[in-house]
Amino acid sequence: MAFEEKRTWIMLVMAIVTYVIYAIIVLGRIGDYPISELPYAATLLWTLGISIVVSIVLTMVAGITSPKGDVGRDDPRDREISRFGDHIGSAFVVIGAVAALAMAMLEWDYFWIANEIYLMFTLSAVLGSVAKIAAYRKGLHPW
Amino acid sequence: MVKPTKVTNSIRSLRFAHGEMTQAELAERIGVTRQTIIAIEQGRYSPSLEMAFQIARVFDVGLDDVFQYPQGEAEE
Repeated sequence: MAFEEKRTWIMLVMAIVTYVIYAIIVLGRIGDYPISELPYAATLLWTLGISIVVSIVLTMVAGITSPKGDVGRDDPRDREISRFGDHIGSAFVVIGAVAALAMAMLEWDYFWIANEIYLMFTLSAVLGSVAKIAAYRKGLHPW
Repeated sequence: MVKPTKVTNSIRSLRFAHGEMTQAELAERIGVTRQTIIAIEQGRYSPSLEMAFQIARVFDVGLDDVFQYPQGEAEE
């Protein structure tokens, strides 16, 4: 497996795990607060911060365990697959931004706007990663 | 993305004809990862024209000797 594919798997797994842990913690407070007043900001920042650190550690482990010639090489296939995945994933960022704009205009609570944006970032990362893994496994033909 | 390419290649046989060159050696010669060479050999990745020329140059053959595009497919 290419080093960049390993990195993509790490990103996919960490995006899902981080969001699930965040959702479990925040939704676990239902009952103590009305939904739109659930404390979320500190949990969001902590889970994201821990996720970034864990991702860096896992990427370092993947780099150490990969063949020497595979790490840090400027490979055109990796570049094209990365661009392809980012292009697919960016759709959710745009949808999320438009939705957040509409929610702000309609004066929705900050809780819903922030969580809608976070959900769309996560979906963008997941969709982009799945597209990249599919390209690594099934093939990419720019011709 | 998943549509298989109609372009075929003879990289595997050319490697064996050139002193059983490994995929890692070919990758090193043209500056890509071994996985990219594997993907090209298996038809899962179509290299750029520049990389195609680089591969042909390693084997000291023409582009047509490395990559083939069957006539029947081209007329479709």
